[in-house]
Amino acid sequence: MSGAPVLEIKNLNVDYGLGDQAVHAVRDVNLTLHRGEVLGLAGESGSGKSTLAYGLTRLLAPPGVISGGEVIYHPDGRDPYDVLSLDDEGLRKFRWAETAIVFQGAMNSLNPVHKISTQLTDVLAAHDPKMSAHSRNARAREMLKLVGISPDRMDAYPHQLSGGMRQRVMIGMALILQPQVVIMDEPTTALDVVMQRQILGQLIELRERLGFSVIFITHDLSLLVEFSNRIAIMYGGRIVEEAQASALYKDSLHPYSAGLLGSFPALRGPRRELAGIPGSPPDLKGMPTGCSFHPRCPKAFDPCADNIPVLGHPDTPDGPARTVACWLHPAQQPVG
Amino acid sequence: MRYLVQRILFYVFTAWAAITINFFIPRMIPGDPVKSLLARFQGQMSTEAINSLYVLFGLDKDASIWSQYIDYWQQLFHGDLGLSFTAFPSPVSEVISDALPWTLALVGITTIISFLIGTGLGVLAGWRRGSWIDGLLPTTTFLSSVPYFWLGLLAIYLLAGPDSFFPSSGGYEPGLVPAWDQYFIPSAIRHSLLPALTILISSVSGWILSMRNMMVTVASEDYITVAHAKGLSDRRVSLSYAARNALLPNVSGFALALGMIVGGTLLVEIVFSYPGLGFLLFRAVGAKDYPLMQGIFLVITISVLVANLIADVVYLLLDPRTRKEG
Repeated sequence: MSGAPVLEIKNLNVDYGLGDQAVHAVRDVNLTLHRGEVLGLAGESGSGKSTLAYGLTRLLAPPGVISGGEVIYHPDGRDPYDVLSLDDEGLRKFRWAETAIVFQGAMNSLNPVHKISTQLTDVLAAHDPKMSAHSRNARAREMLKLVGISPDRMDAYPHQLSGGMRQRVMIGMALILQPQVVIMDEPTTALDVVMQRQILGQLIELRERLGFSVIFITHDLSLLVEFSNRIAIMYGGRIVEEAQASALYKDSLHPYSAGLLGSFPALRGPRRELAGIPGSPPDLKGMPTGCSFHPRCPKAFDPCADNIPVLGHPDTPDGPARTVACWLHPAQQPVG
Repeated sequence: MRYLVQRILFYVFTAWAAITINFFIPRMIPGDPVKSLLARFQGQMSTEAINSLYVLFGLDKDASIWSQYIDYWQQLFHGDLGLSFTAFPSPVSEVISDALPWTLALVGITTIISFLIGTGLGVLAGWRRGSWIDGLLPTTTFLSSVPYFWLGLLAIYLLAGPDSFFPSSGGYEPGLVPAWDQYFIPSAIRHSLLPALTILISSVSGWILSMRNMMVTVASEDYITVAHAKGLSDRRVSLSYAARNALLPNVSGFALALGMIVGGTLLVEIVFSYPGLGFLLFRAVGAKDYPLMQGIFLVITISVLVANLIADVVYLLLDPRTRKEG
């Protein structure tokens, strides 16, 4: 499954605010998305997963600033470049054509005063001014059909569609330029469980057909275990563990991952007590010293309070295929 | 469509209520027009003249209030608003139609210009927060807090005078005959510059402020982030996505302002002795010219209602959510 990299995040740091007042929302994140894979990004609210997504597409609203790092994008058949150093025009062209995003708020992602057709075709017009109005329309209809919405809803306004339909429209819109990467920022959080399933199933099917890569952000680890190839767990702005989905599910190394996995019921297998994680996510303004998880960690021991564990390959049989940042499994060779 | 019909019916009902009130109020005021006319002539009228005045005003017959009411409506439909006392024997409709174009031209055009400039600047100020336009805001807000009759007096004091380009009063050079010719039009424009400027300065900041604040609110909506993420040009995001949505509340404000055109700038017209409807109303009140007042109130009422109807229609066009299908 792991082909060539399509998006490499290197030492990405994102702050809110400047100077001493700055809150470090994303710290030293290294993450690689490979061609055709679904990379899950999980963590509690405030762990920095959405900020990471906004950071790598440069959509951060002030006072969010990228304070360091690189985001290397590998276009199909051309030389890779750093998204963070693109000029305005280059960035405009990169957006949606190479990396599209499906946002959290299905209800508010569409402009209420324009028809669906207008909002589908204006992307096409912005990225390919030479395209005729007729072929833009045809393409928009095609995308609606692709996500299972009857093309005669082209002239509907957003308020005439249900939440599920709106999110389908957004997914169709995200795929309209055939991007290499699609970032899904909790795309189904606002929907009911049945709709969630349907949409995700459809998404996976589309991914197999069209071959784009997905960064899937959610706090629902159970979804990721099922739908993603690889999972990265974020805590307090850092990646604390990254592994194949099955490996993480069967044998998580970081106590935080174990805690997240223990917070939802398993569909199969023996009944077990739901554990949850005691305490609450750290305040990004006053992070604990050492490992930021240690105040909540059931397995914390001596070094945890003082020294920050680095992300590295653990000393396990499948060590080379996964990374973890925990003193229980000290890094054999740090990455990054 | 059904919504629009409902609205129109509502406005027809409101117009009926307003006209009915307009009919009853003067009749509840003690005294009658002949007595007030007598007072103007300080009793120097013969008994026959007084009686003929009663006949002329239709007050000789002891008609019931109901048949008066029916007559009033019949007259209204013929455009007959009675006779003015001050401009006796000109009919009120003629006096009003002489004054109305002045007000419509001066206040109407300035209101539209003010709305366009204010909204445009508001879009810029809201979209590029912290730019020079934002710095302009305190100044314009200060100017709008100055009562505009005072601003007008100040303008006359500072800018108008015997040798000045700006005339201090009137709607055109005395001696000119109102006509669409090269003498009258420039003179009319020159006379309207100062009052127009006064209205503009005092009203534009309201538009800037409300539009800017709506822009700021809309800019944090999800669909704006999506529009950015789609790689649309900044221009398209700011106009078609942000401004298009931010405009909606301002449109209602604009429609209300349109309704205020006819009656709302009384003070400016008084300060500049501008021959418009406001000045006319001022004189009618001073002279206790009831038919004229009644006529002006009617025009004001109808213009407010029409402006509101326009607002409803425009809103229907601008916001698809207000359109109910079926």
